[in-house]
Amino acid sequence: MTLTPGFADPVPDAQSCFRALLEAMARPGRVQRIKALPEAPVPLAPAAAAALLTLADAETPVWTDGGPAAEAWLRFHAGCPLVAGPGDAAFLLAVGGMPALASLEAGTEEEPHRSATLILQVAALEQGEGWHLSGPGIEHVHRLRVEGLPPGFLAEWSANAARFPRGADLLLCAGTRLAALPRTTRIEEAG
Amino acid sequence: MTALGYNFGYLDENTKRMIRRALLKAVAIPGHQVPFGAREMPLPYGWGTGGIAVTASVIGASDRLKVIDQGADDTTNAVSIRRFFARVAGVETTERTTDATIIQTRHRIPETPLREGQILVYQVPMPEPLFRLEPRVAETKRMHALADYGLMHVKLYEDIARHGHVAISYNYPVLVGGRYLMSPSPIPAFDNPKMDRMPALQLFGAGREKRIYAVPPYTAVRSLDFEDHPFQPVRADAPCALCGSRESYLDEVVVDDRGGRMFVCSDTDYCSTRQSHQEAAE
Repeated sequence: MTLTPGFADPVPDAQSCFRALLEAMARPGRVQRIKALPEAPVPLAPAAAAALLTLADAETPVWTDGGPAAEAWLRFHAGCPLVAGPGDAAFLLAVGGMPALASLEAGTEEEPHRSATLILQVAALEQGEGWHLSGPGIEHVHRLRVEGLPPGFLAEWSANAARFPRGADLLLCAGTRLAALPRTTRIEEAG
Repeated sequence: MTALGYNFGYLDENTKRMIRRALLKAVAIPGHQVPFGAREMPLPYGWGTGGIAVTASVIGASDRLKVIDQGADDTTNAVSIRRFFARVAGVETTERTTDATIIQTRHRIPETPLREGQILVYQVPMPEPLFRLEPRVAETKRMHALADYGLMHVKLYEDIARHGHVAISYNYPVLVGGRYLMSPSPIPAFDNPKMDRMPALQLFGAGREKRIYAVPPYTAVRSLDFEDHPFQPVRADAPCALCGSRESYLDEVVVDDRGGRMFVCSDTDYCSTRQSHQEAAE
């Protein structure tokens, strides 16, 4: 098994990826394109791999269902411990299906920041159509269409939002594109 | 020229990652204080180390940085922080609010409205809005968890009972997103309305107290008040002596030893821009 490279220029690449993540989190539903991408092993989406390289390190337990190549790549480039249970992870990278949001670390009422961030690979992301998003970071309404989510997603999401300030945050990745859904974002299906 | 022997932006990558994780959670929970590990900086606590740590974790080579201290670009703190980032990150700096992508501020919000794509970084001395009322951190954490802000309402009420109005002229407490009580850092109460639904992202760094918090764009920021005593921003009742503005926040400057004084804009970029426009019009 050969190991593919991480960021070509780690300091500026991580910085530009972080700014895209910050912009995505601050303006939920706006799709960001990650410019500096690592050579991620199959089945990782480049944007998802870049997000983890930017945020994960020895202090953050990571859970992934990406398989042995992805695990070896993350262990080498991010140096993060990998955990078996989704509830034990600070970051989760889900490739196959979405782990139940209720099973993730949600933090406590006093320390809601001790909550997991789920990086979820989806089939497609398109802004300007689909869902109506509202909440902090959104002036009136942002629209986002996501393909490849499990059928019960919206029910899970509203249950996640109902326990605010506790709750998990979501990063949706498709190829080189990425959008965020912080726990404060309300989603309405397009009527 | 960029100084040699430092990582880009002075901080090491592990520290930046830790601060970046804290920033993302801070944005996800508007107004909630997230602890972080403040690192030793080449200047002491109280000089903006929290703001510098946040700026260092956010800034990239293509950013243009503006730093203000009480509204002014040319005071010691602003000049030295601007020079610091020019050296350790090699970024362009500016004094123009409209040209900047990141604005680090000590105790003011620029008069020129900020736009999407800009980030405002506040230097915060004391992030806990309740600390004068309840010194125990364990207790204030619980109050935030329960959204129990009765103490602050009692303080405002007592001010009104004693003085007839809320006697807070700066660091006026705000409620973010209808949930978290937040210290706006010691900006004048005059600036509080600018925080409400601001298009720019607002990040707050407290170095000594080791807390980071944030207000996402277009988020409701309400200054606490009562129906019969609505919040009123205070401004000196005078025009600026240099540019004539009647809208901007003013500094009172003593000009002699016989009681002479003048009022001038606290925001130097706003004032000089207005003056140059007036000269051009003449």
